[in-house]
Amino acid sequence: MPFQYLDELAEGFLTTLSLTLLSAVGALVIGTVLAAMRVSPVPVLRAVGTTYVQLVRNTPLPVLAVLFALGLPVLGPSFGFFTWAVLALAVYTGAFVCEALRSGINAVGVGQGEAARAIGLGFGQTMRLVVLPQAFRTVVPPLGNVLIALTKNTAVAATISVADITLRSNALITSSADPLGVIGASALAYLVITLPLGLAVDRLEGRVAVVR
Amino acid sequence: MTQTRAPLVVLEGVVKRFGSHQVLTDVDLVVGAGEVVVVLGPSGSGKSTLIRTINRLETIDGGRIVVDGQPLPDEGRELARLRADIGMVFQSFNLFAHKSVLDNITLGPVKVRGASKAEARDRAMALLERVGLADKAGASPAQLSGGQQQRVAIARALAMQPKVMLFDEPTSALDPEFISEVLEVMKGLADDGMTMVVVTHEMGFARSAADRIVFLDQGRVLDDTVPGPFFDGTSSPRAREFLSKILAH
Repeated sequence: MPFQYLDELAEGFLTTLSLTLLSAVGALVIGTVLAAMRVSPVPVLRAVGTTYVQLVRNTPLPVLAVLFALGLPVLGPSFGFFTWAVLALAVYTGAFVCEALRSGINAVGVGQGEAARAIGLGFGQTMRLVVLPQAFRTVVPPLGNVLIALTKNTAVAATISVADITLRSNALITSSADPLGVIGASALAYLVITLPLGLAVDRLEGRVAVVR
Repeated sequence: MTQTRAPLVVLEGVVKRFGSHQVLTDVDLVVGAGEVVVVLGPSGSGKSTLIRTINRLETIDGGRIVVDGQPLPDEGRELARLRADIGMVFQSFNLFAHKSVLDNITLGPVKVRGASKAEARDRAMALLERVGLADKAGASPAQLSGGQQQRVAIARALAMQPKVMLFDEPTSALDPEFISEVLEVMKGLADDGMTMVVVTHEMGFARSAADRIVFLDQGRVLDDTVPGPFFDGTSSPRAREFLSKILAH
């Protein structure tokens, strides 16, 4: 039975939860900045944003995680594996957040931006005060997808020795000789995060829907 | 006449292309302070493009544009400052969909002019009173009729205390029964001495409110004259043809 293993996965669960929360915040910040760059009138910023997204989202996450944890320390910075995992997840997911936001920005009518500029708002103000608040409303569902995917992607941390749900499960499978039971428990532990997240996204969508 | 008024908007030899299509060809236009200029022309003649070049929502490919003595700067802080002095009313209203009527009007004064919230609010309420919508301050744009939305859009532009107002077919998206309430507001503005450039198909408005009519065809200014002669048949042959079609029924 899966339930008997839940206690032993509790610590891993908390690790997965903090991985999720920290990298989600990082991804939202990175993604918002990237999206603003990709729709900005400055060609250099657009090019940097586009290059970032293409490079990062087309690299497998496990490769990125190992590159961060083992590659970047060679260049100087030294963090624990947990921090590297958070950084890799935030950098990776930021690319997807950017694209979700950009689709939302493109869905806001051009007239909204024109009206904002016509009253003298600059590019930054136009984005912050007029375009992004409306874009966020249309991107709640796709952004929810990205965050749920992020929660599950945190399992990659296990490959760089972070003791999350997945790493603890792997150890437990060996010691218990009950792979199905342990994997079942592991699935339940992830669902405890992803299901409420999905429901919260649905709630939020209903609440912020803009009347047009 | 127009020559005695200080020029507020000056276009000299303005050229605009969309790809290989030339939309505006050597357009010269001078709008004096306090003047109401109505731009007429068949669809596709470049009217909207012309009016949108004045606050640089469209960039130009040749010639120059001077507003209040200042050549239009490139995109950036300076342009934003100049745009704040140029009110613009769009065909499709473009009220900020996520903000209440009141917040639509106070956004510019607070964020661009640095007005206090209370000050901006008082002024917005006065403007809403003026356009007859004081009771709609808390409504969202989607709850208003087209005519009401357009009157709010005019109030939003006026809240910036602009030196000139641009109207890009302000009544073309409206149901016929809502057109007059918008034209009333515009006439009131004209009577108060606001400098206005108006692209419209409302011939009645052009005849009664305009100081000057500019007739555009295929991106060229064919007529630039006072309304009387324009409507009395001394305009260019192309303009006469245009008028005969519009006024046939």
